[in-house]
Amino acid sequence: MVASILVNGLVYSGVYAMLALGFGLVFGVGRVLNLAHTAFYMVAAYGIFYFASTGFGMPLAVVLTTLGIVAAGIAVYKLFIEPVREMEATVLIATLAVAVLLQELVLVFFGNEPRHVPPALSGFTQVVGVRVGNQEMVTLVVAALSLIGAWFLLSRTKLGLAIRAAAQDREVANLMGINVNQVTAIVMGLGLLLAALAGIAVAPLFTVEPGMWMNPLVIVLAAVVLGGLGSLKGSLIGAVILAFAEVSVVFLVPGGSYLRTAIALLIMVCVFFIRPEGLFGSSIAEER
Amino acid sequence: MYYGRYLLRYLQNEILVLPSRVIVLVFVASLVAFPLISQDPNLLRMLIVTALFSLYAVSWDLLSGYTGQISLGHALFFGSGAYASALLSSHLGLPPYATIPAGAAVATLAGLLVGIPCLRLRKHYLALATLAFPIMLTGLVLAFPGFSGGEGGIWRIARLTSTRIEEYYLIVGVMLVAVFALWKVAGSRVGLIFHSIREDETAARALGINTVRYKLFAFALSGFTAGVAGALYAHSSAARIVAPGVVLSLFMSFQPVIWTIFGGAATIYGPITGVFILYPLLDTLNVVIPKYRMLVFALLVLFILRFMPHGISTWIRDTIERVCPSCQVRNIATRRACRACGVELRHMQP
Repeated sequence: MVASILVNGLVYSGVYAMLALGFGLVFGVGRVLNLAHTAFYMVAAYGIFYFASTGFGMPLAVVLTTLGIVAAGIAVYKLFIEPVREMEATVLIATLAVAVLLQELVLVFFGNEPRHVPPALSGFTQVVGVRVGNQEMVTLVVAALSLIGAWFLLSRTKLGLAIRAAAQDREVANLMGINVNQVTAIVMGLGLLLAALAGIAVAPLFTVEPGMWMNPLVIVLAAVVLGGLGSLKGSLIGAVILAFAEVSVVFLVPGGSYLRTAIALLIMVCVFFIRPEGLFGSSIAEER
Repeated sequence: MYYGRYLLRYLQNEILVLPSRVIVLVFVASLVAFPLISQDPNLLRMLIVTALFSLYAVSWDLLSGYTGQISLGHALFFGSGAYASALLSSHLGLPPYATIPAGAAVATLAGLLVGIPCLRLRKHYLALATLAFPIMLTGLVLAFPGFSGGEGGIWRIARLTSTRIEEYYLIVGVMLVAVFALWKVAGSRVGLIFHSIREDETAARALGINTVRYKLFAFALSGFTAGVAGALYAHSSAARIVAPGVVLSLFMSFQPVIWTIFGGAATIYGPITGVFILYPLLDTLNVVIPKYRMLVFALLVLFILRFMPHGISTWIRDTIERVCPSCQVRNIATRRACRACGVELRHMQP
């Protein structure tokens, strides 16, 4: 029991952390609350399903899917989101419309029935006396590698410095000679890359269906605000907390699969009552 | 006789001079006269749901459009109104005229219960905290299936009226009266304070406005309106069933946001325009091309927002009318001089 909570909790943590990091970056730099973020994750899962079933090799399928997602996402951003970026409510609805559009496109091409993707590595391994599925290990490794890569990019490169500057203060970053619009587009691509990798990594573990973006969206939103909007460390920790809460409820409470999202959100609301700005948000309410 | 002439002069001087007022008049008249033209049950059903949803959308506009307290969990109010009246009706057998006020009262209470903790939260934090509430209520409903009907929902709720025409007039009448009342509230001092809270809450507080009280009032009023819509929905022939997958779903929470932003936020008439365009459209698409209906719907919303980011009714109003720069009175765009002060209107950009 404890072992399965631990393993599943870690897998979910990794996935939510990848999604929350991308979502948080896009919000921090572009001030865009991108409700379509997890819809791209869903499309990535379908992409890997499609390319795997047409008989491309796995590496080629992964490359094609991620490239496709990033290109499509940046095109959507440039066409529909950037022109109305200043109006928050309009952005909210536009991104929601994008999410519904993606879901419907998937429905038209693949139908409503749940799909399954064959695991990259089947079988089990004994880790300290616990049987862990190899695919779970692959997912965890992918999540860890992409998070480390994102951390390296953000903290050790010039581009990362520009991204962090733009997230901290868009106008001042612009005055310092950073092309903010370009940085926003790059961040959008980076967030989508993380979302696509997350979708690819979980496709063999979860059932792939057109509605699979809703639940992660709610959790990712909750994780990002739980950690404090604009704090990347906070959104990672928020993702881990919510993932473990969700998994524990499913395993420990009878009928817990109905309550999993409700409990995760209850935790978020409780944190809000104690710290209205989230765990790591800045307490000075600065308006931008 | 005198009143007749007065009414006629009022019509001529105050309504026929502005195309937007003519549109409202024609809209209300055609809504009232619709059953004379057609009594097709499907069309009436569609209009009943459209009227209910426009009340629901206006309630969102009042809270989020005016006061700026973005609520992404408005289905909580609609759903608690619907569930309260449905449960009272099926467990205690109360008639609709008792359960609907009870449903509205429960929704008002829900508005206050959500509003009080949310006073501490701002902007995106508030939006996402409210998003959580209907999902938590869904969890509760699913956890007690014996009492709440679980995932299948509540069936066989008492009908509002015996015929569909009566139901149509009842619901459209309630909608028109409620919207008119809310429009008056929004145009009054209270509405002005709501605007000021959205624009700059700190400044409003500095001016001596008790923003806490007004924000709670907005939550309660919005909850009440949505609760009335939800309770009527539960008893209407359009629903037949109250289930968490419908009245508490994420989509139900997002729908009023879509309608209001599409129509134009903080206007009262915007959400109604949005619902009366989008809901019949979705219903028609459902019949014509059921497979692609949401696809077409999403594309349409995306393109309208791309080119009219302030909403379609605001765009139309700014196109057909012009504000006089000197006395701020609205004029039809074709006029050369202002109807109130005679200032030249041509060669001016709005």
